[in-house]
Amino acid sequence: MKQHGVDTPTKKPAGSAGNASRRKFLGMGAVLGGLLTACQTTDIGEEKGPSPLGRPLRAYGERSANETSQRFMRPGKHPELGATRTPLQDSHGMITPSGLHFERHHAGIPDIDPAEHRLMIHGMVERPLIFTVEEIRRLPSVSQIHFVECAGNGGGEWGAKTAPSAELSHGLASCSEWTGVPLRLLLEEAGVKSGASWLLAEGADACHMQRSVPLDKALDDVIVAYGQNGEAIRPEQGYPLRLVVPGFEGNMNVKWLRRIKVDDTPYMTRNETSKYSELQDDGTAWIFTYPMDAKSVITYPSGGHKLNSQGAHEIRGLAWSGRGTISRVEVSTDDGGTWQDAELQEPRLPMAFTRFRIPWSWEGGDVVIQSRSTDDTGYVQPPTAALIEERGTKSVYHHNGIKAWKVNADGSVTNADA
Amino acid sequence: MRMHRWLIYGSFTMLLMLLTTASPLYPQSKPLGVGRAATASEVKAWGISIAPDGRGLPEGSGTAAAGKEVYARRCSECHGDNADGGDDGPLIGGQGSLPTPKPLKTVISFWPHATTLWDYVNRSMPYDRPGMLPADQVYSVVAYVLHLGGIVGENDVMDAKTLPQVKMPNRDGFVPDPRPGVGK
Repeated sequence: MKQHGVDTPTKKPAGSAGNASRRKFLGMGAVLGGLLTACQTTDIGEEKGPSPLGRPLRAYGERSANETSQRFMRPGKHPELGATRTPLQDSHGMITPSGLHFERHHAGIPDIDPAEHRLMIHGMVERPLIFTVEEIRRLPSVSQIHFVECAGNGGGEWGAKTAPSAELSHGLASCSEWTGVPLRLLLEEAGVKSGASWLLAEGADACHMQRSVPLDKALDDVIVAYGQNGEAIRPEQGYPLRLVVPGFEGNMNVKWLRRIKVDDTPYMTRNETSKYSELQDDGTAWIFTYPMDAKSVITYPSGGHKLNSQGAHEIRGLAWSGRGTISRVEVSTDDGGTWQDAELQEPRLPMAFTRFRIPWSWEGGDVVIQSRSTDDTGYVQPPTAALIEERGTKSVYHHNGIKAWKVNADGSVTNADA
Repeated sequence: MRMHRWLIYGSFTMLLMLLTTASPLYPQSKPLGVGRAATASEVKAWGISIAPDGRGLPEGSGTAAAGKEVYARRCSECHGDNADGGDDGPLIGGQGSLPTPKPLKTVISFWPHATTLWDYVNRSMPYDRPGMLPADQVYSVVAYVLHLGGIVGENDVMDAKTLPQVKMPNRDGFVPDPRPGVGK
């Protein structure tokens, strides 16, 4: 319980002052009687006397000290290598705060001076060009809201024992408003030669991460972004420039973008052959698996939450598809027996998070809840068993199966297979 | 004023689209003239990209015999003395394991192109000092890993011509994305 009031024993709110001071206060109140006509002790404290001033203004805002939601990190051998996960179980709405956007790095976060940074476009172009960041920032721009999702998001869900929380099962996905230049515009400046069909994008990080991107996608909706959620992209998200490849697996959204080579072949880099390909039961592997299929997860109540009371609890979650716009989300609260349509928060945008909600009342006891999404191509998020039936359990990437949570009789929430 | 220019460009582009019979790759608008020409030396300095057909491989060469020492100094700490273990995983072994319940995906068992190994070692390895190895050492250490995997001989010379000709065991093991399958 927080209240503004000077910090004297008699003016502490009842809820936090304890019974002793409360009795003391009531005794005083009786003595002082009519002098303190406005004085009342209630559960929400009292409003009396001069209010203290709040803290001074500051030039860059911080969240409340009471809010402690953080990205999930697991320390590894190399601190520059690995991933952090968005705490989706704490999320509101469709936008991920920039500071909570998931990370996946291969060689650390480079410290880049935008005045020194350059983007080169070369290969099968009429005019190999070098752009400064300042030049890119003054070109005709777009702002688009898109999720970025690691292809390995949900990788643990292929196993017999699935992840115990939304951040661990789905936290390698985040959604931001990205601002930048359509890549098409930069490619037009360079003049793409006839016969070109691919490009190779490269980062300025220590390992110079590379991915091949089909040219038709590059000319369609890819952005060379410098803005994220109203400010410059965060260093860990690719400052000062990154690719945003809407709906395609996260690794293609090359951060710290410094080079684009236009060509007539994919480059078969490590991160598009050895990684980000899906091994099937017969030993072959799927390659160039780019769009992230329709997916959803209930974020409240979800694993790790604790329901402290029965009654109304709105079920909330996020749904997204790399192939288009979410058109429907259904929720089951009886272990998949029946499904009801959830309300979808507008705006529903292509290749962006869509927030869904449905009223629910917990009447106690064990309850298994789950969601499934449909996108505007008609694709319906499948049960994990159907994915496994098709692909086996060795794919690692592109798991988009239905996720179930179990609300236990004691109010705790766990993964349904716990 | 600016709007006016855009309208003119837009109309011009639409007219071109209507009139052009031999259509270009895609309808391009008139360039804005932003950015400066990249020089040949700038392209060369940054242009580290190795295509599967070997385009981009630089001059230089190496053998497994020469690569053994490079491997011991720069690679063994993380990948094991014989490239078959270490904290960061084996580079060799696993052949025949891909269709089994315990697949072991290594350079030898899984990677489709030897050029990818050259590119990755050159660009991103060793982990703590990526890009430090000169071309001869990259050819040598690549030859060494391929030799440990039984793909090339100890004294086979790997260079821009021979490396792309190395056929990796899983060269034909990849199939294009067949999705959307289940769910559609």
